[in-house]
Amino acid sequence: MKSNKSKSRGLFGTIGLFFTDRDKLEPALITFLAAIFSILMGVGLIFIVSKDPVTSTKNFLLGPVLRTYNFYYLMIAMVPITFTGLALCIIYQLRYTSLIVDSSFYTGAIIATAIGVKLSLPAGLHPAVAMLAAGLAGGLIGLLPAILRIKWRANELVSSLMFNYIFYFIGSFVILYYLRDRNQTILASLPFQSTFSLPKLVQNTQLHAGFIIAAVFVVLVSIFLFRTRWGYEIRITGANPKFAAYAGIPVASVALYAHFVSGFIGGLGGAVEMTGLYKSFIWQMNPSYAWDGVIVAMLARKNPKFVPISAFFLAYLRVGADFMSRRGDVAFEFITLLQGLIILILASDKIVNYFKARRLRKNALLAESAVRGVAPKGGEA
Amino acid sequence: MPTASKRGVGTILIAAVRLALAAFPYCESAKEEAVDFILQTESLSKVYPNGTMANKQVDFAVVPGEILGLVGENGAGKSTLMKVLYGEEAPTSGRIVLEEKSVAFSSSQDAIKAGIGMVHQHFMLVPSLSLAENLVLGQEPKRGRTSFFDLEKAVAITEELAAKYNLNVFARARVVDVSVSMRQKLEILKALYRGAKILILDEPTAVLTPQETDELFVELEALRKHGHTIIFISHKLNEIFKLCDRVSVMRDGRMIGTHKVADVDSQTISNEMVDREVILTVQKGKAAPGDKVLTARDLSYIDDFGITALDHVSLALRKGEILGVVGVDGNGQSELVRILTGSEKTLSGSVEVGGRDVTNAKPGDMRRAGLAHIAEDRMTVGTALPASIEDNLMADRYYKPTFTGHGGFLRREAMASSATEIVATFDIRCNSPKQPVGSLSGGNMQKVVIGREFTADANILVIAQPTRGVDVGAIEFIHKRIIEMRDAGKAILLVSSDLQEVMSLSDSLVVMNSGKIVAYFDDAASTTDKELGLYMLGLKKQSPEEIGRVLHEKQ
Repeated sequence: MKSNKSKSRGLFGTIGLFFTDRDKLEPALITFLAAIFSILMGVGLIFIVSKDPVTSTKNFLLGPVLRTYNFYYLMIAMVPITFTGLALCIIYQLRYTSLIVDSSFYTGAIIATAIGVKLSLPAGLHPAVAMLAAGLAGGLIGLLPAILRIKWRANELVSSLMFNYIFYFIGSFVILYYLRDRNQTILASLPFQSTFSLPKLVQNTQLHAGFIIAAVFVVLVSIFLFRTRWGYEIRITGANPKFAAYAGIPVASVALYAHFVSGFIGGLGGAVEMTGLYKSFIWQMNPSYAWDGVIVAMLARKNPKFVPISAFFLAYLRVGADFMSRRGDVAFEFITLLQGLIILILASDKIVNYFKARRLRKNALLAESAVRGVAPKGGEA
Repeated sequence: MPTASKRGVGTILIAAVRLALAAFPYCESAKEEAVDFILQTESLSKVYPNGTMANKQVDFAVVPGEILGLVGENGAGKSTLMKVLYGEEAPTSGRIVLEEKSVAFSSSQDAIKAGIGMVHQHFMLVPSLSLAENLVLGQEPKRGRTSFFDLEKAVAITEELAAKYNLNVFARARVVDVSVSMRQKLEILKALYRGAKILILDEPTAVLTPQETDELFVELEALRKHGHTIIFISHKLNEIFKLCDRVSVMRDGRMIGTHKVADVDSQTISNEMVDREVILTVQKGKAAPGDKVLTARDLSYIDDFGITALDHVSLALRKGEILGVVGVDGNGQSELVRILTGSEKTLSGSVEVGGRDVTNAKPGDMRRAGLAHIAEDRMTVGTALPASIEDNLMADRYYKPTFTGHGGFLRREAMASSATEIVATFDIRCNSPKQPVGSLSGGNMQKVVIGREFTADANILVIAQPTRGVDVGAIEFIHKRIIEMRDAGKAILLVSSDLQEVMSLSDSLVVMNSGKIVAYFDDAASTTDKELGLYMLGLKKQSPEEIGRVLHEKQ
């Protein structure tokens, strides 16, 4: 009896392996298809609008790999969206929809600017202090929409979007009135001190050590979410907050520290961008890397492990489109169309879980007819 | 192997017997009734995207001009069936036949156009608008040929309709300012204004006081006289017998049977509702009650509708004893459990565990005080469906040193091996502990909950609806485990709407009615279901002294 049982377990185990894999594989497959689909649509668009569609398509699809400097540019472009993508993975694991990481990132950059301009510190320590300060500020900012939601049930998406305006203008104010370089015609801060810059990874390129820091954070966030008790609390609270509360998990504090960590990563990302890429603060408007982070986190299916892949994909599209627009007659902005398309597909649970729902429906109907010994009447509606 | 096959045959036999029993009333009614049905479903199934099959090949038929009761336990599929009929959900297979024409509703708008109206359990009204405005919302009367809203006409329409159906409402009052029962009348009028011939009422009495319920019944009978057809959902049998012409019973997504109310007794219906054909005898020795470990005094709670759901309830739990709570669903049992386990705050009184005051403590505090809790709803509270079995089993203990090491890192091997052990001990049938709980059957899902709570190292267990919607094999297993926990010296509070279950498992009993404890039996074997029924329906009540014995205090 016992041996028999274990044997049947083994058999079911193998089938089970197949099935549980399927549950993960299918959404991954659909994500991949969404990416391919969007690229095909992009190519279609090029053929509609371009006078020389073949060259434009080639530039778009192969631009990033045909020129070495384009590839470095791609790697640089991956850095900020990796940070915001990681930050949003944490928020999405908690099943919140806050976009406050935009404020965290922007304010992080402002604080790094202030430290880069005003403080004199030894090299090495200088960017580190800037990142830490920017991270802390970003973390505190990250808390705001979470507090509003917990205390007054204010929708965190709405409040975070409003906060994004507030922090954007506060940041602009600080640059304009305290850090502005009056000798420049454009809006720019005073130049950073020489000790502030991160080392470059490759001579004569812009590729900076921030790329390594981003990679380290991919590992750290993966460990945080899947190997620590805090990550466990976040995942369980996200899976079912009522259950988490019932099991004794302090759901309110979980939401708070998750937002702090998320904001910290965002703020740090802003500082890394400043210390790595710029000589002074020259953003004329908010680059809004949080929105790119949304795409990155959704493509990664809110798993930090896949953030580098989806950041690579998005950066590839960007660099390709940029290259194409500079060499041809298709505007760079067409990339936003493709992004919108990807989001539309992935945001639909019904599409992502289409195969699964169909399988479950079929299984349930079959099981019922097996119990009754008759086939279900009527066609599928 | 031979045992397994025997079991298989047994299951098939039971299924066959059930099928025959389910089909029986149909054969009978088909012979004597040559009536046309106004509304029918044919082999209708509904599978939700998460794989839950809420309706399983349901054949359901409504005779014009009748009040048809639809009964079944929570989760039996009544609401889903009604949502399908009202166009809010699309059937997965099967069809709906309205006046001998096959229909497909793509939204409730279509259903309304076809003459079907529904009054939801939770009202769909705009609180800040007047009753008249709510009534005409979407089909507003206009002033002459302009497109301006004519409030006076709306009021006139409301008053006329109210007079016609004898459903008195204050047309000019705002919805926020009127009582729950008047809001309900307004909902009914709304459906009638939109031309509903068939009215679906989803547990309309759940929010009403007994007096209001009587009033509603008079009004519904008047509607029947006007030629309207009413589908009345309830799980209170006395209401069905008072009001309905026929009654249909659902269980576990299936239509079990339909009877003329005049030809059937409540026993038959309740058997069909809860599947009493397989009464399981519980083997247990005599209880040896020890010290008091939990004392609750004067707990009260007022729900969102302003109804007193819990009215100064006191009780005590003793080591090695199962105290059963008996009562018709919705008489304060859920609120009592939620307050004892920290999920809800009491308005008065106190809770003490082991001499320590834990009134209004948080669920986590209650767990650390040694209380484990099997929640009545395993789908929304008792488990996190998308999370793995392992993560579900660890949710109350992940932070303990066994599972979290220095620096907050999880000991994943320890978690995995502990989860595997619980899966084996509690016979959770799964492919792997990493599988999401949502992919398990109801019985196995419940075993995940029980596996966690019974290994929580608690000395108090609050168990609510341990076997609701669970298959027979799992029920037997769960009952055995509960007795084992008692024999291990745990203090247990058992709440179940399955009377048979509470009576056979409990050592002592309290009966609840309208938020109060109305009876206490120190020996569960000393009473009968008939006697309990009188208390459950509020026809009988013990003296405060008799009830007070549940606190086990020496006078």
